[in-house]
Amino acid sequence: MTSQNKKAAKYYSIEMLVHQLRGGLIDNNPTLVQLLGTCPTLATTTSVENAIGMGIAATLVLMFSNLFISLLRKLIPPQVRIAAYIVIISGFVTAVDLLIKAFLPELDAALGVFIPLIVVNCIILARAEAFASKNPVLPSVIDGLSMGLGFTLALTILASVRELVGSGTLFGYNVFGDGYKPVLMFIMPPGAFLTLGFIIAAVHKLLELAERRRKKQLDKTLADEIAEDAALGGGVPPHAGDLEFVTGTGEDEGK
Amino acid sequence: MTDILLLMFSAILVENFIFTRFLGICPFLGVSEKPQTALGMGCSVIFVMTIASAATNVIYNLILVPFGLEYLKTIAFILVIASLVQLIEMFLRKYVPALYSALGIYLPLITTNCAVLGVSLLNVEYGYNFIKSVVFGFSAAVGFTLAIVIFAGVRERVAVANPPRSFRGIPIALVTAGLIAMAFSGFSSVNLGT
Repeated sequence: MTSQNKKAAKYYSIEMLVHQLRGGLIDNNPTLVQLLGTCPTLATTTSVENAIGMGIAATLVLMFSNLFISLLRKLIPPQVRIAAYIVIISGFVTAVDLLIKAFLPELDAALGVFIPLIVVNCIILARAEAFASKNPVLPSVIDGLSMGLGFTLALTILASVRELVGSGTLFGYNVFGDGYKPVLMFIMPPGAFLTLGFIIAAVHKLLELAERRRKKQLDKTLADEIAEDAALGGGVPPHAGDLEFVTGTGEDEGK
Repeated sequence: MTDILLLMFSAILVENFIFTRFLGICPFLGVSEKPQTALGMGCSVIFVMTIASAATNVIYNLILVPFGLEYLKTIAFILVIASLVQLIEMFLRKYVPALYSALGIYLPLITTNCAVLGVSLLNVEYGYNFIKSVVFGFSAAVGFTLAIVIFAGVRERVAVANPPRSFRGIPIALVTAGLIAMAFSGFSSVNLGT
């Protein structure tokens, strides 16, 4: 295993780190893009503090379970792998649960049953199955970290909106002054569904805009290339129809 | 008797698993395109949650408590639930094929349904005895079924509506769920006299 570690460390570059972090936080955000782990997302975002606590607990479990599943990936027989993953994950969840009970009793009271329920959080089993079981140790740990941070980020965004509107505070500090009448509904269950719905709609819109911009850029470079080719190849100006045809294929590639 | 009835009423409507406790949201969003499949999923959940509440209660009180292993309850419960679902699946396939063909496809999905593990952990947290655990598991699952069937009915209508493009799919479903949750929050002011 140590030789493998060295190999992984040798081949693990800064670009890969950036790529993985970006994937977990933005491109493949487990909560907002992949829609995994909805239960804790809705239940624990009544205040920013709870959301960050939940996010960190899940990140720790993700990192350690990815680490051990990656270490054991050649020893676990494929037929019983899911059961083995669940045992490993629930072991770490129990450890995190006991640590939180011992050192952060307030957080434990606020999150309640959702700390042990990290076991059935689909994000963790999904990363174990899709990433840690196939990759060396270091990328697996980084994958756990970036997915966990993505989860924490999503929870924090949702919780900031809910806490700000629902109690007029942020991290427990009064933001709007005493004149503000909090919209209680936002920290109650209906507010969780509504806010998450609007946030995911906003993410869809942003993804759509990014896609459109990328397409436009692609089309532009293609058009430039054609113009260049035409200029080089005898100076015949590109026919408008040709241009449109090439633009069309560019769009297909974009999909 | 009264407190059993109150427990049922409270678990089905006031403390609905979906709309108040946020347990079992994944199948709630995933298997609610048609009322028919939603009902199938709901029935499987009722079946599994009732048996799982009984089994985890027995294991907790007869094995974990006497040996002082309460802290292992998460690991023990998830293993019990996973093997229980497998066992139920095999039993139904062999002896009740009609029920198996109706519920079969939903059973494997239930292992990772956090409502099942959630109900087992809540039973321990509230210190319910055997009968109360079974009643709580059963009525929580009935509440889940009620929620998912209502939601599927509404979603069928939303499917033919024309929301803004970014809202299509999950976002509009979540907004719909929010509106239904608002209706359910009306039950929270019901005074059960407990």
